[in-house]
Amino acid sequence: MGKTFQKPEALADTITHYCPGCTHGVAHRLVAEVIDELGIRGRTVGIGPVGCAVMMYNYFTFDFQEAAHGRAPAMATGAKRVRPDLIVFTYQGDGDLASIGLGEIVHAANRGEKFTTIFINNAVYGMTGGQMAPTTMPEQRTTTSPFGRKVADVGMPIKVAELLAALETEGYIARQTLTKPKYINRAKKAIKKAFTYQIENRCFSLVELVSTCPTNWGMTPVDAIKWAEEKMLPYYQLGEFKTPDQGQTGDSKS
Amino acid sequence: MGKVLMKGNEAIGEAAIRAGCLNYFAYPITPQSEVAEYLSRRMPEVGGVFLQGESEVAVSYMIFGAAGCGERIFTTSSSPGISLMSEGISYIAGAQCPAVFVNIMRGGPGLGGILPSQADYLQSTKGGGHGDYKLLVMAPASVQEAVEMVMRAFALAEKYRNPIMILGDGLIGQMMEPVEFPDHLKVEATNKDDWATNGMDTRKSKNRNLVKTMYLDPEELNAHNLKLKAKYEQMAREEILYESYNLEGDYKVLIVSYGTMSRVCRTAIDNLKENGLEVGMVRPQHLFPFPNQAILKAAEKPNCQAILSVEMCMGQMVEDVERSVQGKRPVAWYGKCGGEVPTPEEVMEEVQKLMN
Repeated sequence: MGKTFQKPEALADTITHYCPGCTHGVAHRLVAEVIDELGIRGRTVGIGPVGCAVMMYNYFTFDFQEAAHGRAPAMATGAKRVRPDLIVFTYQGDGDLASIGLGEIVHAANRGEKFTTIFINNAVYGMTGGQMAPTTMPEQRTTTSPFGRKVADVGMPIKVAELLAALETEGYIARQTLTKPKYINRAKKAIKKAFTYQIENRCFSLVELVSTCPTNWGMTPVDAIKWAEEKMLPYYQLGEFKTPDQGQTGDSKS
Repeated sequence: MGKVLMKGNEAIGEAAIRAGCLNYFAYPITPQSEVAEYLSRRMPEVGGVFLQGESEVAVSYMIFGAAGCGERIFTTSSSPGISLMSEGISYIAGAQCPAVFVNIMRGGPGLGGILPSQADYLQSTKGGGHGDYKLLVMAPASVQEAVEMVMRAFALAEKYRNPIMILGDGLIGQMMEPVEFPDHLKVEATNKDDWATNGMDTRKSKNRNLVKTMYLDPEELNAHNLKLKAKYEQMAREEILYESYNLEGDYKVLIVSYGTMSRVCRTAIDNLKENGLEVGMVRPQHLFPFPNQAILKAAEKPNCQAILSVEMCMGQMVEDVERSVQGKRPVAWYGKCGGEVPTPEEVMEEVQKLMN
């Protein structure tokens, strides 16, 4: 019997700076496994965010660019347009993608840019210390919504996957979560699909991952998972919101 | 190829292609939109990339992403658009990526106007974005010079791994003049394997590359900034460029002026000469690095009584001229910044005032 488990080649052999119970590590590993399985490490360029994952390039073993806050989709557009042979992905949190960078992601998706986005939705700004994000749940307490997010004042959380799926341009848009092995397996499948669509030069692809932030939520890792499942999943429903196969005759498999 | 009559903005677009840059992202803004219009037709003809971004902010990061991959890239905009791009320019300079920006200036602040101006002198030469960085700033005075500067800019961007700013006023973009595209200014491709994120498979060394600007360790960040500083000092040693006009004569006044404004000053100098008053001029072709020594030398001529900085703005260059002259002569300013270009007569009048 051969090896049944090993570190992906795309993942660096190092300790991460992420807090205990944070799901960034799981998301990183899934991306690395997919890159290994698709054999694309040597032509992949990752584009990191501003946020907790700003130093993610330390945890991968291929080319990386470090974006300004929210601008990763514009950088990915530039990279992919001039080097369509490269595999380009952005990895962004909710402050980065859904707040300051909302314009960039909407337009990149609408142009049908052939890159992939991994979107980490943990309902809070992580690195800056737990401020309210566009994805923060109603009544959720954060350092800038100390009495809970008041919908009458700042509106409802943005459902990024649904928002982008509403664009008419072809694309692959899915939401998964990382709270249980069952979901993690589904998340990996979605990530692999997203990269595969890019390799096939089909469409823009984005996988939103409902994630946990025990530190800024003020919970134990176990409670954080419970909170994500009880509070976030009913609002942020899982599944594929759009696939490029929709509306195309004779090609409904995925 | 012989001379052709072209509008400045179109010639700028063509010059980039002739230099060997086949990638262009931009956002429309008056008075430079013709560059984007021209290249939206022309890039497909030469197998190049054209993309209209959703904002100048996005465009500056498209430039960053493409430049980070080691591809030759440029964009054009006008003053308010350059303000938006300044965030990206800071990152591009910090990450040491080559890229060329063209600013066809209009009046400010804010929306200002759409007519020619030189009101982005300080933004271009002293920063614009945050942090310790410098741009090599080129200031063309004709469509032909704009063409040649655009072509040279790609070589300079790659030599220094730094963004280059071409600072033209609205007239440079809008007027038509005969131009030719010198073949010898085509820029050969350079190897960027030691830093660009061009895909590990394409490189001999299998080390991965990082394009980044963040150095959280204070010593590391300081070392990074010292490295950038050394680069700007090298520019100051090697890239001074200016043109002298009528400096052989026994001039009483020295004009410092650049771009379209300097052409008006030439006419004023010629007219004054006919009236018996000698006036010299130093025209900086590069605004950073600034030709301090040349201006000092010209100012120190025994009969030179005063220096006049003539600009289509409210005197943004005066501090640089004063610093050059080191208090040895009085420095005056004349200019307008509403979109009207001062006439030769107005410049002559200002010079004569200095003689009274």
